[in-house]
Amino acid sequence: MTDWEPVVGIEVHVELKTASKMFCGCAVSFGEDPNTNICPVCLGLPGALPVANAAALESIVRIGLALHCQIAPQSVFHRKNYFYADLPKNFQVSQFDSPVAINGWLDINLDGTSNRVGIERAHMEEDTGKSLHQGGGGRIHSATSTRLDFNRSGVPLVEIVSRPDLRSAAEARAYAQDLRALIAELDVSDARMEEGSIRFDANVSVRPVGAGELGTKVEIKNMNSFRSLERAVASEIERQIALLEGGSRVIQETRHWDEEAGSTRSMRTKEGSSDYRYFTEPDLLPLVFAADTVDRLHSDLPELPADRRSRFEGMGVAAGTARVLAMTDPELRRIFTEAVAAGSDPMTTAIWVTGELTAVLRKTPSSKVAGVGLAGLLAMVKEGKLSSSAAKEVLTEMVASGDEASVVAERLDLLLVSDTNAIEAAVTEVLAAQPHAVARYRSGEEKVIGFLVGLVMRSTGGKADPKLVNETLRRQLVG
Amino acid sequence: MPVEIDIAHVARLARLALSEEELSTYRSQLGVILEHAAKVQSVPTEGLEPTAHPLGLLNGFREDLVRPSLDRDEVLAAAPDSADGYFVVPPALEG
Repeated sequence: MTDWEPVVGIEVHVELKTASKMFCGCAVSFGEDPNTNICPVCLGLPGALPVANAAALESIVRIGLALHCQIAPQSVFHRKNYFYADLPKNFQVSQFDSPVAINGWLDINLDGTSNRVGIERAHMEEDTGKSLHQGGGGRIHSATSTRLDFNRSGVPLVEIVSRPDLRSAAEARAYAQDLRALIAELDVSDARMEEGSIRFDANVSVRPVGAGELGTKVEIKNMNSFRSLERAVASEIERQIALLEGGSRVIQETRHWDEEAGSTRSMRTKEGSSDYRYFTEPDLLPLVFAADTVDRLHSDLPELPADRRSRFEGMGVAAGTARVLAMTDPELRRIFTEAVAAGSDPMTTAIWVTGELTAVLRKTPSSKVAGVGLAGLLAMVKEGKLSSSAAKEVLTEMVASGDEASVVAERLDLLLVSDTNAIEAAVTEVLAAQPHAVARYRSGEEKVIGFLVGLVMRSTGGKADPKLVNETLRRQLVG
Repeated sequence: MPVEIDIAHVARLARLALSEEELSTYRSQLGVILEHAAKVQSVPTEGLEPTAHPLGLLNGFREDLVRPSLDRDEVLAAAPDSADGYFVVPPALEG
């Protein structure tokens, strides 16, 4: 039996959040009344002249730099010609053979393993309008008419194309998530999948393990969450393997992911192959980015999630936790950094920040927790003054009240008894009452200690430090 | 130097329904244009810098500033069909 290797590449479309559109002064908006932000340029009226948005171009250069791409010394816009109702000019201004950014990479992390994914290119283009299919239950094949909203027409769009370096559905998902985090860090897009401001398409093929050549690829579209991206890629890999093992072949085509059916289905194949007849856009001038501008944008890049992840790993945080922490809310990261600066162990702090603190803040958003406060709480756990479960209760109350851990623990009566005299007394009392258990322990039955610890804990109302109780018991039993 | 053209394919790409007679007319007209282009392409260009634009200008950016858009009612009044603020067109069949 053949072992199959999936080969996946991802194309990402990112809508930039500039104030105005790519080639005209209409506002970039989401969810506004239809056709309220339109003008001759984004409606494709004859004679209208596009002028490129400087801020959008700066954003794509930053994206390119963050993906370790080369920024082309000169870059040109092309017209991509095709007919579709949401494309009023009958061509999309895009880039063909001279994109802004080429040959980069993104380090992704999956289950603690780092993997470098090649970036082929990032190019600048414009978004299309939106179609709403009327009648026939909104389905394109049975619609009776199509409504068009051109508010999105001409919104700056960056397309990022990866190399076919991904080898599983899980890797495809990790790449998409890590790329989204990078875009969010650069603050160039809302990067919301559910609103379509970041969209992922996948090119999937399979080949026998060890084969040099790539198999026939299928492009899959219409995934609107990371989960559906992963499911769609997994389902398409399975479909292709089943075809090949059944003696058929894979047809190069575009397939739609059907979330409900849990499978991809073929889109109506266009007659003939695509022929976009790219040619240089004569209404737009070639782009040249001055070296000092590129250098400035490079040095002004924020710390990127992948670098931050490495930094956290360097501090001793495990890879998986470091990944989550690197992509989490900046406010939570600030708390982490402060807590570590105040002396907390990085790994312990990272677990609390990405786990309990994230959960508590999701339920009760608050700005009352400082890193120093978290450090205080973790120190109490470490010193045996608070059990882990009690610490969670204390944290919830700290978030609500803004009080220090020790104050809250006392108020809720959750402090562990670490008064050695009290514990010694409780242990002595328990041992006196349990001569049989004591005898069994002394005859080598070590596990009896658990029973005795339980009794001491009960006699102290559950508030004794279990570690201290254990030690005290062993000492008194020997003595 | 005559140039081979699949004129029916070109017409299909442009969504033009042409009669046999029209196809023949356009085939010869387009042929002349392509022959001219072929002549231009035969000019030796070794050692010349490629040009992406005849003006020799670069960039020509605009500031990212919002300017007023058109009035929707006025725009839609110029469209063959509209409803609820949308343009309305026949159903699109191809994706």
